This record gives sequence, structure tokens and C-alpha cells, in this order.
Amino acid sequence: MYKYDNYDQAIVDARVAEFRDQVNRRMAGEITEDQFKPLRLMNGLYLQLHAYMLRVAIPYGTLDSRQMRMLAHIARKYDRDYGHFTTRQNIQYNWIKLEECADLLEELASVEMHAIQTSGNCIRNISSDQYAGAAADEVADPRPWAELLRQWSTFHPEFSYLPRKFKIAVIASPEDRAAMRLHDIGLELVKQDGELGARVFVGGGMGRTPMIAPEINPFVKADDLLSYIEACLRVYNRYGRRDNIYKARIKILVHEIGADEYRRQVAEEFAHVKTLGIDPPLAELERISAFFAAPAFDAADVEPDRSDPDFAVWLDQNVKPHKQAGYAIVNISLKPIGGIPGDASSAQIDVMADLAEKYSFDELRVTHAQNIVLPHVAKRDLYAVWQALREADLANANLDLISDIIACPGLDYCSLANARSIPIAQKIATRFADAERQRDVGELKLKISGCINACGHHHAGHIGILGVDKKGVENYQLTLGGSGAEDVSIGKITGPGFDEDGIVDAVEKAVEKYRELREGDERFVDTYRRVGMDPFKEAIYG
Amino acid sequence: MVEFRYRDDEVTEQPSVTLDAFLDQSNATAVRLEPDDDARKLIPFLDRLTLIEVAFPKFRDGRGYSSARILREAGYTGELRAQGDVLVDQIAFMRRCGFDSFAPEGSLNPDAVERALSTYDQFYQKAADAAVPVWKLRHG
Repeated sequence: MYKYDNYDQAIVDARVAEFRDQVNRRMAGEITEDQFKPLRLMNGLYLQLHAYMLRVAIPYGTLDSRQMRMLAHIARKYDRDYGHFTTRQNIQYNWIKLEECADLLEELASVEMHAIQTSGNCIRNISSDQYAGAAADEVADPRPWAELLRQWSTFHPEFSYLPRKFKIAVIASPEDRAAMRLHDIGLELVKQDGELGARVFVGGGMGRTPMIAPEINPFVKADDLLSYIEACLRVYNRYGRRDNIYKARIKILVHEIGADEYRRQVAEEFAHVKTLGIDPPLAELERISAFFAAPAFDAADVEPDRSDPDFAVWLDQNVKPHKQAGYAIVNISLKPIGGIPGDASSAQIDVMADLAEKYSFDELRVTHAQNIVLPHVAKRDLYAVWQALREADLANANLDLISDIIACPGLDYCSLANARSIPIAQKIATRFADAERQRDVGELKLKISGCINACGHHHAGHIGILGVDKKGVENYQLTLGGSGAEDVSIGKITGPGFDEDGIVDAVEKAVEKYRELREGDERFVDTYRRVGMDPFKEAIYG
Repeated sequence: MVEFRYRDDEVTEQPSVTLDAFLDQSNATAVRLEPDDDARKLIPFLDRLTLIEVAFPKFRDGRGYSSARILREAGYTGELRAQGDVLVDQIAFMRRCGFDSFAPEGSLNPDAVERALSTYDQFYQKAADAAVPVWKLRHG
């Protein structure tokens, strides 16, 4: 894991002092709320329906047990004893007091954490593959590249007042576990003649106009990366629309001028930017990479004892193969039946921290599906880990099943929402509570957003649900066939929307139709792609 | 009115003209760029300019930051002024992009500006100011 040096620490400490000053000026009335808003937003502080919400950055979703315990401490001391893990691998606290915010940030800074650029029209937290460093299919660990980008983007003087927010994801596997092509910039590390570089995709995103990012460059070398990304951003800062907030994301620019014209402009800008000497030497990427060296794996390759049937079910569902023999990747589902997707209590966060320290080389990951990963667990320890998780109500064996729902906070918290998301997630999970039925249905990614901004990734759901306001009543639209993985696609709407109970019934009808139609080991989304919308439409509305 | 200036030379008295007017009648020595003006059009004329004023009608519109950097990267050494909705918390970023004078619409507290400019000693990225980026400090 990356460790701050004195430079990194000085920058984060200065940020705390600066934010303290900004809060003080706001509380003294020296600056207006309108002037304070972009400042607090650039530090992840939102004013929500009931209170301030603070979003804390978890760069590329990686953290150690000390940092995880701090997240529990923050929840206990400054919030209501829980936190909410988000689709951008961050954590949000929902009940923060403005006057306590600087103290909270100071505590975070003591464990090399911050809330810098977790909101605002700037470059946001860099996200990545939660299996980085553990996945057998990666060409390299993507996190050093993500850290290089984190540093470059932190307080970037030119790109802090962009037309709109800007999200970057970095992966290094053909299997996409980070919804890479649904980001403003998606990078996939690839090797060309033995050299590592990045395939660059620009202009993806969800929101009200979902777009899959086209490839803009098949291979950018490591020591050209920052110049190239800077060129990508400069073209966007110059031409991105500022007349309409809903058309301000880079996806609209790339779509309007076309990928070829955007690529041409970036190439022209890159030819200039490359002369400025803004790229660090390769030694800097090597310095960062050293922090991500593989841990000292030494466990014998033993298969766990499967005689406990509940353990065996969890093993098959939530534990994934590791690149190192003798080890496994453990997924901790934060999706108990009837629970709030992504929420964890302080006590649960502490349990996960303890398990990471004892069994996973002190490392945890947050996933964009709002779950937690212990990336490096020896197979001989899996049963002990499972027992401890079960004690803490964290052994839900539903990874990638229909109850492993992504949901935004919705109208229960969010000032932008049109409809509630959480109760819908709870009702659907409860409807499919029968574990055997869920497993029979198999991989089914269900994602719920409470408004058109699509924070719940509904466009990328095999089944997606979008909450809208229809003449003052919550109404839910259903989409089928989306995916945020390497088979990326945007879901299509089935037809007229439903009320709260109607949407649960509609989901069940679609699922039962799939069970009837599926062939071989087809997943829901495969069957949908083969047979098309009509049979599902008939089942839902007929 | 210029409230903060970080240069020693004389203030240009000549009023600035629009980019279009300048490109038509290029004996002016001061020009004003609006957010949607392409700063690159000034590059052939930089040596005869003593003042380039970059307008910020709304502080949220960040196009002027790129304009400033482009001009400095092209070798412009004259006065580069940020004018308009310029706030305390933008000034440090603006300085890094090459602005060296500020004409905010609303009056700014000089102490707050001073604090904002001295908050950070270290910077991660190379920009248009003299700051040495952290990666260079690490590797020499």
C-alpha cells in the first residue's frame, strides 16, 4: 500500500488548515453560502435533506486496518454509528455538523486520509479494480498508475473549475470490475512489445445521457501519461459546454464533435503539452510501484474443509481465485436481506479491520458494488474468517446475485432525488430472500437510482430501476440488458413505470421469464440479449 | 480596479480592446479575453502586448485558467490579469496558472488573500509558476 512521505502529508495537513479557515469565514459570515458551496464541495461536503453529508476519499478503494478503524471511529464520534460505502469506492457520513468538520478532517489526515475533490467540478477520486494485486488476469497492478494520477490531479490549478465533475478509472485486466468505460476517462493497462502502457477511453458516463466511452488512444506510454491526460482535460476545459449543466460532461463533447475530431484535438494539444516537461520521470512510477509489491505469500495450497454447508455456500459465492496458490479473494457483502446496501456499522467496520490485519496482510478494498474485499486471505484461514464474519452479520453469501443490489441513497437522504431507492432495494431483496432461488437465478446485477443522475448505476444493471417523480408520486421505470463489465452496455426501458409494489412484481416476472427461457448456463443478461425485449415485456405487462 | 499586483513594472494605462478588435487593429498593447475566446490566437502577437486581461464573468467558469497557462507556455511575460468574479479561494490556483494581477469585482480581504497564497508550500504538478513539483523534489 502507498505510504505518504513528508510532501504528501504536508499537502493534506495544509488542506485541513485551509478548510478550517474557510469554515470559519463562512460561520463568521465573511463569505456567502453561494461562495462557500464550491469550496465545501471540493472537500466532499454536501448539504443534504437533513444535514451535511461528508464524502471521504478512499483512493482506488484501497485501505489498511488503521484507516478502516478510523472510519469506524469517525462514524462513532461524528455521526450516528454507521457509514455508507459508495459506488465510487468512497465512504459517506450522513449526519455531519459543519462546526466539527475540520476536526474530523484532522483525524483523517492522521491516518493519511482526506476528503479532497470527492465532489465539485474537478477531478474526483481515481477508482480502480478491487482485485488489483490479487487477480490472476491482470497484466500489472493498476494502483501505482492510479496513485500517480491522484497526485497529479490533487489541487490541479487548471482543472479545478471544469464544466462538470470528472471521473477516472484505471484497470489492468480484460475483465472489467470497475465499470471503466462508463467513466469520463477509462484507462486499461496493456502491454505492447513487453512495455506497459494505457489504452485510453474518453467520454463514458451514466447520468441522464448514458454513453460508453470510445477508445481515443490504443497505447499511451507511462512517461507520456500525464501529458496525454492533461491534453484530454485541456480540450474539455476549453470546449465542454457550460450553458447547460446537463450537457456539460465530457461525454457530450466527445459525442457532439465525434471521437475522431476529439482525438485529433487531443493529439494536437498533446504535441504541445509534451514539450512542457510535466511528466515525472519513470523513477516516480517505480517509487510508487514499490509500495504495491506483492506481500510475502507463504501459505501452503490447501483446500478448505467444506463439511459445514453454510460455509461451503459462502465459499462458492463470495470467494474468488487468487493469482497466488494457497490464497483467495474474500468478498464481504454489505447487502443483508432487508438491509441498506453499502451501509456498515462502526462495529462491523472494526471487525473488517481486524480481519484484514489478522488474515489479509492488513489490506481492504471497497468495491464499486458497495461491498468490501479482503484481497489476500490464505485458504487455510477461510473458515475462521467466515466464522468471524458470520458473528458480525457480514457473511451474506449473495455476491453478484439479485439481492447484491447497488442503490443510491435516494430520497431518504439526497436533496437531488425524486424517489426513494433504499426501500425498493429492501423489498426486492426480501422478495428474493430464498437463498436457493437466488442461486438458481445466478448472476444478476440489479441497480437502483432514485433520480436521473444515475448514482445507483441503473443504466448498467442487468436489471435497472430508475425512480422518477410522476405528478408528485414516486414512480419506477424498469430497464433490462445493461452491463458495467467488459460486456458493457446500456439498459433499455421496458415500458410504462410502476408504483413501489408494482416494480417489485415486475422484477419478479422478468426473473421468472428468464428462468423459463434460459438455455445452458446463460445468465439473465445473456438470455435477454439472445431473445430481446419482447418476451420480457409480455411477461411484465401482458 | 487592480487590487493585487505581483509585478514591479509600470501599470499599463492603455485600455484593453477585445480579441476581435485586436486582431483587426493590432497596434493595441492591451487586450481582453472573454471565456470563449481562443487564447491561442494571440500567440503570434505576444511580444507586442503588455497586458492581457482575462475575464471571469462567473467564478465557476474555469476556461480562463487554461487561457492563462497557454499564454505563459507560449512565452508571454507581460501582465496577465484576472478580472471579474475573482474570489479569495481562486487566487492561489490563478497564480499557479500564470496570473500576476487581480482585479476582483468585489473587494477582497488582503489578509485572507495572503493566507490563501501561503497555505501550500508543496505542489504535485508542474504549472505556469516557478514552483518545483513534488516529483522533482523527490528525484532531483
